[in-house]
Amino acid sequence: MMDAGRHPRIELLSNSEVTKVKGYVGNFTVTVKRKARYVDEKECTACNECVEVCPVAVPDEYQQGFSSRKAIYIPFPQSVPSSFIIDMESCLGNNPIACGKCLEACDKNCIDFDDQDRFVDLEVGTIICATGMDVYDPTEIVEYGYRRYENVITSMEFERLICASGPTEGHFMRPSDQKRPLRIGFIQCVGSRSEKRGVAYCGNICCMNTIKDTLLLADHYPDTESKVFYMDIRAFGKGFEDLYRRSKEAGAQYIRGLPGEIVEDPKSKNLVVRVENTTAGRLEEHELDMVVLAVGVIPRHDAPVMRQLLTLSKTADGFLMESHPKLKPVDAPSRGVFFAGCAEYPKDVKDSVTQASAAAARAGILLSQGKVCIEAITSRIDGDLCIYCGRCAKVCPYNAITAPDRKKKQLPIVIEAACAGCGTCAAECPTDAITMKHFTDEQILAQIEAYLAEDPEDQIIIFACNWCSYPGSDLAGTSRLQYPTHGRVIRTMCSGRVAEKFVLRAFELGAPIVLVSGCHFSDCHYISAVQWTQRRIEKLWEKMEKLGIRPERLQLEWISAAQGQKWAEVQRSLEELRKKVTKEEIGETRRILAQERARKEKKAKGRPKAGAVASEQE
Amino acid sequence: MPGAANRNGVRVGVFVCDCGLNIAGTVDCGAVAEYAGTLDGVVAVIRNKYTCADPGQNEIKKAIVEHNLNRVVVASCTPKIHEPTFRNCVAEAGMNPYLFEMANIREHVSWVHQNEKDAATDKAKAIVRAAVARARLLEPQIEAEVAVEQAALVIGGGIAGIQAALDLADAGHQVYLVEKEPSIGGIMAALDKTYPTMDCSI
Repeated sequence: MMDAGRHPRIELLSNSEVTKVKGYVGNFTVTVKRKARYVDEKECTACNECVEVCPVAVPDEYQQGFSSRKAIYIPFPQSVPSSFIIDMESCLGNNPIACGKCLEACDKNCIDFDDQDRFVDLEVGTIICATGMDVYDPTEIVEYGYRRYENVITSMEFERLICASGPTEGHFMRPSDQKRPLRIGFIQCVGSRSEKRGVAYCGNICCMNTIKDTLLLADHYPDTESKVFYMDIRAFGKGFEDLYRRSKEAGAQYIRGLPGEIVEDPKSKNLVVRVENTTAGRLEEHELDMVVLAVGVIPRHDAPVMRQLLTLSKTADGFLMESHPKLKPVDAPSRGVFFAGCAEYPKDVKDSVTQASAAAARAGILLSQGKVCIEAITSRIDGDLCIYCGRCAKVCPYNAITAPDRKKKQLPIVIEAACAGCGTCAAECPTDAITMKHFTDEQILAQIEAYLAEDPEDQIIIFACNWCSYPGSDLAGTSRLQYPTHGRVIRTMCSGRVAEKFVLRAFELGAPIVLVSGCHFSDCHYISAVQWTQRRIEKLWEKMEKLGIRPERLQLEWISAAQGQKWAEVQRSLEELRKKVTKEEIGETRRILAQERARKEKKAKGRPKAGAVASEQE
Repeated sequence: MPGAANRNGVRVGVFVCDCGLNIAGTVDCGAVAEYAGTLDGVVAVIRNKYTCADPGQNEIKKAIVEHNLNRVVVASCTPKIHEPTFRNCVAEAGMNPYLFEMANIREHVSWVHQNEKDAATDKAKAIVRAAVARARLLEPQIEAEVAVEQAALVIGGGIAGIQAALDLADAGHQVYLVEKEPSIGGIMAALDKTYPTMDCSI
């Protein structure tokens, strides 16, 4: 911590939050809100004079609420930066009648009640997301009585009670009577590996943390009796089994079975744990002085904000999704962004450090290379075909297209460095004036035509976006999920690329079913492009209805990269739909759409010039 | 057998990958290769055990020269894994990497239709057919090169963020370490001792 605080090349922005991220790999502009601290962190020497005069006392978060702190405080003695801060929510304010005592006490005049939030812009080439985790709150597991029974605490609270710099200065005592507990129970998997309450995955650190706790107790207080209630002990890491063995040798008892209930004796505040010992095959009751709940790890409550800022996705458990679970475990799907620590998945200190070094190395590659190639998938506007309608500029999620001016004959211009290649502009352009490099209309139409060149009634045309649905389909593959064989996939960068004409062309060539699949709204890799997908498909449903084509034959699904299962399910339901489409129905659709095409072509011939089309479009 | 260049001078080479038995265990790769040879513009078809391995890549490079290929289609796994591999491979043989196309017959076929070998083979053929159709229309592209801003942002000052920031800074890079709380340290700073070493966390 100290090293990071004083490193000449690390600028530490504490008490700060990222509020905006713009740009792309190599060239991010990040806006950071530097929240008002009310104390000059460079001048403050943490002398403590201000704290002594502050009249306000509130629960100390760092000590898990076991002790109090003042309104002006330092989070913990070794804080970096080593500076006080005023908690304005509890401060009485600087009105001399109200208070302002700290102001007088501070000889160095570090305190500034008028301090305000400031915003700074940082230009960076790469971003490491190490936003961490939250700890499961076991209150909802009512049978364990957390918050009802004083002597039922969490493993995080245990840390403070045993710590030399904790509220009891390391004298381990139980909350109800400040006496040292002699019989301590640990309950494992609280909020973890449960389908009902908490989360379904393993918390990863709780077994080893409890083993560590039993060893600490055995070391500090050899007469303590530790009982660990567990379903499996997962001591898989290097040196872990050894610690487990040492814990048992030190006298900790391991009882296989998760307690069904804890009952408190109202007088002594002792706790009776009722458990089915599955090794012995009997119901047992254990009277204990204190119970520690080994609580699990959950994604940060504000994870959705960070995901949106960095256009990241999550896996089914809510943690950040990596670019590839085995081969690119610290890369985000968005280029130039890397993961470290528990934001990606629960992990202990060693794994966090390992992953952090990996992320730093990956980010360092980019910085050392000094330049990065931008994939040539950007859009290009053909001035001869453009009718100045401005639709492209309107739908671009990146504001990468300048609005045209019809009167001045000013064409829309694509800012190539800002274009991410989603293709929404091309799909929305009413005159096909936009070409997406490497994902042209002709190329996509050629794929549709090739698929439908043989036995079209057997081919379900599926558009899958590059970032979510296509990886979702890959996951179905790696998971060996079996599903019907009729789907034919066309990959586009974004579902926003899927133009109306692609869908209609597929139906015209005899496709029984068409699926457009893309990212969930919150996961869209092109900020908000997916909303245009939805609007376009809704319009298409209406159009199909009017033309006499069953809208049901066009399906829209949001499938994330983590939803291999959903991909397989969707394939099964598409197959059911396909079976209901008769050859006659397909023939009728082909006739309707051929007629529609002839009508359009006739109309196009009658058009005098592009300008007239523009007004018709409006 | 593969035919001649199509009328636009397109010369496609199709490389069908067995992926050991990952693909060949379900899909009749020989039949897929034979079928690929009948497609418009395809002038060479080569079947490989592992196309992504060095011998497989060498076959591609060799064929590009030998058959004067100007498009390459590899029918193997997902482009999410090996598209960069094969783009580099064709680039090494002097071809623009955007003239490469991939047909996913593993994640989309052999792994998900393990009990329907005939239908899987038909689907693989259809995928190759569409990939070749797309390949015929591919155009060379030039990637824009942009400079990388010489600074890194680390969001979060827990143990992971601190370590990442220190490594980058020690390697000589400018780092901004942004922490929401008044102090860095995160959850780790609230722990007493940490396993497996049983020493102080801070």
